[in-house]
Amino acid sequence: MDILFDIPVIGLLFQLVAYLVQILPSISPVIVALCTPIALGALCGFMNERSGVVNIGIEGMMLLSAFVGWTTAVVINTAVPDQEPIRELFGATPALVIGLVAALLTGLLSSTVHAWLSISVRADQIISGTIINIFAFGITGYLNLLISAASPQSAGSFTRYVPPAELTSLPFVGWLAKALLNQGPIVLAMLVMVVVMQILLFRSRWGLRTRAVGEHPKAAETVGIDVIKLRYRNVILGGLFAGLAGAWFTLEFGNSFQSGMTNGRGFIALAALIFGRWTPLGSFGAALLFISAEAIGIAVRFQPPTGQMADLGSILSGIPSQFWTALPYLVTIVVLAGVVGRSIAPAAVGKPYERESTG
Amino acid sequence: MIEKARSVLLVPVLAILLALVVGAVIMFLSSPLIVDEFDIWLPFEAYAALIKGSLGSANAIIQTLVEATPLVLAGLAVGVGFKAGLFNIGAQGQFLMGGLAAAIVGGALATGSPWVAVPAAVLAAIAVGALYGFIPGALKAFTGAHEVVTTIMLNYIAIFIIAYVVAGPLRDPAATFARSVDVGAASLPLLFGRNGHIGILIAALAVPATWWLLYRSTLGFEIRTVGANPDAARYAGMRPRFLTVFTMSLAGLLAGLAGGIQILGLSGFMPASYSTTVGFDAIAVALLGRAHPVGILFAALLFGAMRAGSGLMQIEAGIPVQMVDVLQGTILFFLAAEIVIRRWFRIRGAGAAGEAKAETATISRSYGSGA
Repeated sequence: MDILFDIPVIGLLFQLVAYLVQILPSISPVIVALCTPIALGALCGFMNERSGVVNIGIEGMMLLSAFVGWTTAVVINTAVPDQEPIRELFGATPALVIGLVAALLTGLLSSTVHAWLSISVRADQIISGTIINIFAFGITGYLNLLISAASPQSAGSFTRYVPPAELTSLPFVGWLAKALLNQGPIVLAMLVMVVVMQILLFRSRWGLRTRAVGEHPKAAETVGIDVIKLRYRNVILGGLFAGLAGAWFTLEFGNSFQSGMTNGRGFIALAALIFGRWTPLGSFGAALLFISAEAIGIAVRFQPPTGQMADLGSILSGIPSQFWTALPYLVTIVVLAGVVGRSIAPAAVGKPYERESTG
Repeated sequence: MIEKARSVLLVPVLAILLALVVGAVIMFLSSPLIVDEFDIWLPFEAYAALIKGSLGSANAIIQTLVEATPLVLAGLAVGVGFKAGLFNIGAQGQFLMGGLAAAIVGGALATGSPWVAVPAAVLAAIAVGALYGFIPGALKAFTGAHEVVTTIMLNYIAIFIIAYVVAGPLRDPAATFARSVDVGAASLPLLFGRNGHIGILIAALAVPATWWLLYRSTLGFEIRTVGANPDAARYAGMRPRFLTVFTMSLAGLLAGLAGGIQILGLSGFMPASYSTTVGFDAIAVALLGRAHPVGILFAALLFGAMRAGSGLMQIEAGIPVQMVDVLQGTILFFLAAEIVIRRWFRIRGAGAAGEAKAETATISRSYGSGA
């Protein structure tokens, strides 16, 4: 190893690889957890764009759901103190479960508004999404200020599943099992949904119809698919994913709400969707990539490379922390610039559909 | 003429009125959190304070103009984008970077002559803002990366750049919190009142200048053509790529100017975390003003008045200033649902609606799939 590490310049590259391998087991659970809102947001975008609707409002939907879920849990906690968490069920309390449901309903409701504006009213879909973003930012900021003035109770948060030790201590794959399974219910649900949606898209009647509607709605209509209805259903159901992502922020990852806390995750989700070529698995991979960039920054701060890798350590710790935080956003731009030409969007995306008979 | 004005203005005015009603309902429903009981008069008190704080005195009116100034410029930055079929959500980042550039150059020339410092700092804001618009423009033109996503990413990156630069290398060592040094001589001269700076005049001049560029120059004709119908524009020998890059750079210039004016005219320095909603507001301004410079001017005055009055609204009625964001989002909602509003209120004149639609209908095109 030493010999490789000591090669001028290229040696640094070997050090970097060795460092990444060294920190992977410890940062991989964080990466999987942090990529959850992006992967779920991408699933929401997937439901929209595969059926031909652009949704730039995922960010706002997440923010709104995060707020409503949190507020609901807080209100219930205040009304009914001392709820016993069910340890076997991710430490669920009635407040958490009802909060989660409220977040999901908020996702549904906000995506219904988007569906109505972009399918029935045929407003510009990007403007419709922007409206949701601005409104969500305003109303959550407004109400959060009023509620936090009353110094509210904690919402509590879901706890993580602890996989059996036999699994996590397996050689070579143990860390992977820990990264994927030692997670809260929303992260686990995300992992399941990514796989399920991938299968549904390519192996089900619904998937075939959705792809048809997203690529060539007129042709789909001629073979008897109700384009408007399918778009409505997909866009509205997509809101569930945004709602789940919102709940992750306030009921699983943290237990409080801050104004604008989604921090552009909903927009990064769109980039992940494009990078992942409009497939659930692909966008999950993209989400992992985006977050890894940030996670390396965190690792450098808490567990800098030392010993044989000291050269690398001095370089990495010389990089300002803001650079690492900015990295997912930078990667998003690079990915969009580099990949978009080869990644083809569903052909009918962004175009309102008008039936000829009603035209 | 009157018929046309009525047709163009009716829907925006209705949208504003409906949004005020929705805002009142929200304030009423949230009144238990503010005054411990449902208070039907709270919305009226809030709106009264809003009007008093924005128009009630000479100082209030100056404050409205000061608040409207960045909104006019940033609104134009979003508006010219709309004309070319581009959705510039990056006004926020361009504004911030322009402000940072003005703070850096102004801070360096703080002890010199104002005749040098002011123009130099303003030019720096313009140049850096234009560059920050050029980047997504060039990315769109040459790689097809959609400007909606890239500009949003650049907005976040601008925040991190400022956090790094202002808290690090350019931190004012004498200050108690992370901020750049005071711009001193580069401060914008005052025209009237406590903070009625010359930027108000610059913004007022930018309106006819942009109008002339868009509606009287060849370049403006090409911008509007490429926005309305890129295929026709290409067929007519126009250069869509050049126009995309030019329009985004122009947008960045305007938003950067707004940021520079804000720093040089008001705060005098750039803090490490500069919180502003100008970028969001600019989108609302451009949409309400139907992407027309004159419409943008009036929309900016309206939202500027709301920002100026929101402080008094918070003090006198206890309504958080975020209410203004809620109102803006709601106004946009009713604007987008224009067809529905026309049906509700039985307004005819689909011609004007159709026209307005054509100006913004091109934004979703080419999403994600190359130029």
